[in-house]
Amino acid sequence: MIRIGDAPRVRRLLIGAALVLTALFLLLPLVAIFAQALMSGIDVYWQNLSDDYTLAAIGLTLLVAVITVPVNLVFGVFLAWLVTRFDFPGRRLLQTLIDIPFAVSPVVAGLVYLLLYGRNGWLGGWLDAHDIQIMFAWPGIVLVTLFVTCPFVARELIPLMQAQGSREEEAAVTLGASGWTIFRRVTLPNIRHALLYGVILTNARAVGEFGAVSVVAGAIRGETNTLPLQVEQLYQDYNTVGAFTSASLLALLALLTLAAKAALEWRAARRETAT
Amino acid sequence: MIAHALTWRRERRVLPGFGLSLGISLTFVSLILLLPLTSLVGQLSQLSWSQYWFLITDPRLLASYGVTLFGAAVAALFNAAFGLLMAWILVRYEFPGKRLVDALMDLPFALPTAVAGITLATLYSSNGWIGRLLEPLGISISYTWIGIALAMAFTSIPFVVRTVQPVLEDLPAEVDEAAMTLGASDSHAFRRVILPYLWPALVTGTGLAFVRSLGEFGAVIFIAGGKPYETEITSLMIFVKLQEYDYAGASAVASIVLATSLALLLAINLWQGRFIKRLHGGRG
Repeated sequence: MIRIGDAPRVRRLLIGAALVLTALFLLLPLVAIFAQALMSGIDVYWQNLSDDYTLAAIGLTLLVAVITVPVNLVFGVFLAWLVTRFDFPGRRLLQTLIDIPFAVSPVVAGLVYLLLYGRNGWLGGWLDAHDIQIMFAWPGIVLVTLFVTCPFVARELIPLMQAQGSREEEAAVTLGASGWTIFRRVTLPNIRHALLYGVILTNARAVGEFGAVSVVAGAIRGETNTLPLQVEQLYQDYNTVGAFTSASLLALLALLTLAAKAALEWRAARRETAT
Repeated sequence: MIAHALTWRRERRVLPGFGLSLGISLTFVSLILLLPLTSLVGQLSQLSWSQYWFLITDPRLLASYGVTLFGAAVAALFNAAFGLLMAWILVRYEFPGKRLVDALMDLPFALPTAVAGITLATLYSSNGWIGRLLEPLGISISYTWIGIALAMAFTSIPFVVRTVQPVLEDLPAEVDEAAMTLGASDSHAFRRVILPYLWPALVTGTGLAFVRSLGEFGAVIFIAGGKPYETEITSLMIFVKLQEYDYAGASAVASIVLATSLALLLAINLWQGRFIKRLHGGRG
């Protein structure tokens, strides 16, 4: 069969151009991160990694991920169940609302939280009086991260659950299954890949968020620095190797994210050809 | 019609968990999304119209709108071309390393923006791997609009690739064949047959890349350097105003950013909706 662009000359030209551009724009930056981190040797790399402030940043970043990922997982599942299994007034509006974090600049996300919980904010006075610190402390970082990452799980689930329909679940109801049983035995097996992918995306963004977190964190070394903030601070201090050392951890996580995504897609494709 | 809608609705409510999922979703959306956003409205309502106008038309800020819009436009156009090329070779051709290239396309979404920012700034600085090669040619990328556009382009690479790719996969082979047997050349057939088919996806992807670029912060600030009137992007202006404790100013700028991106997103959704309706509605 003849297809457009199948002439060997055209094919070689296009593939060549695409590979050169990919190498230049995507591969080279990735290589540069690790090259810069290891510039002064592996010993310095380990030294930089075991720096107290870096370890504290890793700890805080993990704490943020450990809280935001499960919360957004639960929220995402309930929201997807709600908008794909029921019809009610305001359904479309709700779906539009959760897209807001995708559209707004993360700095704006940080700002609105500062306006709400900051010293001069609506709740600031009350929080001050009760000695509760949210801004410039870890709870603020967790809250903005929740804001920024809340669409990911729901966005993965909604199209899939809409396409699958609710016939299987309705059959389970007629057989007398309880809500939890239906979800665990009927819904979950159908959505588990999309759910896992949503969780991976949520985690990647929660760990890597910079703009929103930098507004509410206040950059106190060893206390409110997440890994991306630590990267920025070391870079501004002209400690390039240190900055790229922390950056290499985040890059490693990004590579794991890509690998997990590729593996999920590969399994889905294999299952499709099997059936 | 109405009877049909009613039975459909009753059927839907057969499933359990409506109250619980509605309660959890509404609580979450109100506390995490709406409450903070209303605080922005609250802050703005303390300003009079003339004060607001004064804040959003500050000359330094006006310059930042220009820098941001221009950078985002260049980045989006670059990605329209690059994304189309990548989608094409990933769908149409087989070559060694294809799976790897495909996976690499999502890197900008997986890589934290601050990491992308310092990496690009280092690569393109006057003694960086690429900057060093460009300097003798008199091209500087760091601290110029080119650097801003480059960083914006990097973070929005996946949008066009991932919106065009599935549409191209669904394109029936007969379309190619028909065009080719009619004697059209490759480029002619591509422009007259394939491009119109991909157009909606291409516009959607490019639009999303543009919106993302307008709001990008972490990747841009390092390579941009933030020279007032020249390389200051609008999100950085919010940040600068916050550091000066100018909450009113920051909120005013934020309202512009928020309104612009929401309007664009709405426009993209409407455009996409119209396209889908045309695609499915026409043939029932």
